[in-house]
Amino acid sequence: MQLPHCVGEMRDAASTITTEGAAAAADGGSPVVALERLSRHFGERTVLRGITLELRAGQTLAVLGRNGAGKSTLLRILATLLRPHAGSVKLFGEPLPRQAWAVRGRIGLLGHEPLLYRDLSGRENLTYHARLYRVPTARVEEVLAAVGMRQRGDDPVRSLSRGMVQRLTVARAVLHSPELLLLDEPRSNLDPAAGDLVEPLIGRSAGITRVLTSHDPQAALAEADLVLALAGGRAAYLGPPDGLAPEKLRSLYA
Amino acid sequence: MRTAAAILRKDLLLELRTLETLPSMALLSISTFVIFHFGLNQDSLSGQLAAGVFTVTLLFAAMLAINRLFVAEREQGGFDAFLLAPVDRTAMFVAKAAALFIFMVALELVAVPAFALLLAPPRLGHSLAGFVLLLVLADGAFAVIGTFVSALAVHTRARDLIGPIIGLPLMLPALIATARGIGPLLRANSSGSPQLKWLLVLALYDLFNALLAVGLFDYLIEE
Repeated sequence: MQLPHCVGEMRDAASTITTEGAAAAADGGSPVVALERLSRHFGERTVLRGITLELRAGQTLAVLGRNGAGKSTLLRILATLLRPHAGSVKLFGEPLPRQAWAVRGRIGLLGHEPLLYRDLSGRENLTYHARLYRVPTARVEEVLAAVGMRQRGDDPVRSLSRGMVQRLTVARAVLHSPELLLLDEPRSNLDPAAGDLVEPLIGRSAGITRVLTSHDPQAALAEADLVLALAGGRAAYLGPPDGLAPEKLRSLYA
Repeated sequence: MRTAAAILRKDLLLELRTLETLPSMALLSISTFVIFHFGLNQDSLSGQLAAGVFTVTLLFAAMLAINRLFVAEREQGGFDAFLLAPVDRTAMFVAKAAALFIFMVALELVAVPAFALLLAPPRLGHSLAGFVLLLVLADGAFAVIGTFVSALAVHTRARDLIGPIIGLPLMLPALIATARGIGPLLRANSSGSPQLKWLLVLALYDLFNALLAVGLFDYLIEE
C-alpha cells in the first residue's frame, strides 16, 4: 500500500487543483438539474415514478433509499447513459436525451464501475480519457497527484488495490473539471486518509453541484442541501436534510 | 479523427499488453492450413480450391477478432466511458474498424507465408501485387461488417453466436468476390492481374457497408 508514502504529495496537489466547473456553475441562476415527473422502467418493472425536483448550482442532492430503490438508475439517467421513459429531464437547461451531446462534457460520473481498462496503467487510462475530453495531458499529472497516484500511475489497474482504483476513478471523474458530479457511493473502498484526500475534488468543499448516493445516510445528509428519499421508485421524501425525521429515515432502510 | 485515433491507440495498446486476439488468429490460420495440407494430402493447391481454402481460413480467423472487438468495452466499462464523453459516436466505429483492419493485415503477414509454405500455390510471387490488392479490399469488408456485427452482438446474451450467425451471411458477397478474384491469380497460367470486376465488387461492397454501418452505429451503442 503506497498511500502513507504519498499522502504529503497528494494533499499539496489536491489543495492546488482547480475546479473550474464549480466556479462556472456557482451563478445560482437556472437549475442545473430539473426533473419533472421522471419515470423509468426496465421491462415491466418501474424503477422510477414521477420524480420531480430542481437542483441549483453548487447544491448537493443526496439520494437515499435501500438497494434497488432506483438511485443508480437516476444517476445513469442524469449521466445521459439511460433514457427517461416519461417526464422531462433538463441539465443546464438542456432537455435530455435530445440535447445530451451539449451537456456530456459538463458531467462527471463516479459510479459503481471504475470505467478504467484493467490492462492499462492509471496514467494510460487517464490520458485516454483526456483525449476523449480534449483536456491537455498535463491535467493527467495534476489529477494523479491530487489523488496520490503519481508514483503508482504506471502500474496496470488490475494490480492495484480497490482503494487505489477508486482514487483513480475519482481522478477520471474530475479530469475534465465537470460542473455536475454524479457520485454513486463515492467513498466506497476508501480508507479515511484517502477519503480526506479526495474531499477537495468531489466533496462539499469542491463547490461543484453534486448528486450523490451513499450507503451511509448520516454522512450523505451531512453533505446535502436537498434530500431525495426513494422508496419503490417514488419520492418518499424530498426536502432539506433537517426535515427528514429519523423514523422516516429508518423506514427507508427497513 | 482525433477521438478515433485515441480509441485506436488505446485498442492497439490493449492488444499489445494482453495478446488476446492476434496470436489466436495466427494460430488458427496456421492450424487450418496444416489441416488442409494433411486432410487433402496435397503439397500444393492451385486455382479456385486454393483461393477457397485461403479465404475461408481468413474468415474464421477474422471471426475470432470480431467476437473480441468490443469485449473490453463491455466488460470494463469502455462503452459507458465513451458514451459519457462529448464526442461523435462514429469515432468508435472508425477506430474499431481500423483496429480490425490492422489485425487482419497483421494476420495476413503470418498467414500468407504459411499458406505459401504449406499449400504452395503456383505463381503466388508472380501475382503478389494483385493478391495484396484483393486482400486489402477484403480486409475492408471484414473490418466494416465485422465492426458492425460485433457492436450489434455485444449487447446480446448470445453474442458468441450472433457474430457468426449475422456476420457470415453479410460477408458472403465479399467472400465470393475475394475467392473468385484470388482464384485466377493462383493458377499456373495466371496473368498476375486480378479481374477488375471483383475489385469493383469488393470496393463497392466496402463502401455500401461503411455508409450503412456509420448511419446505424449510433443506434447500436446508445440505449
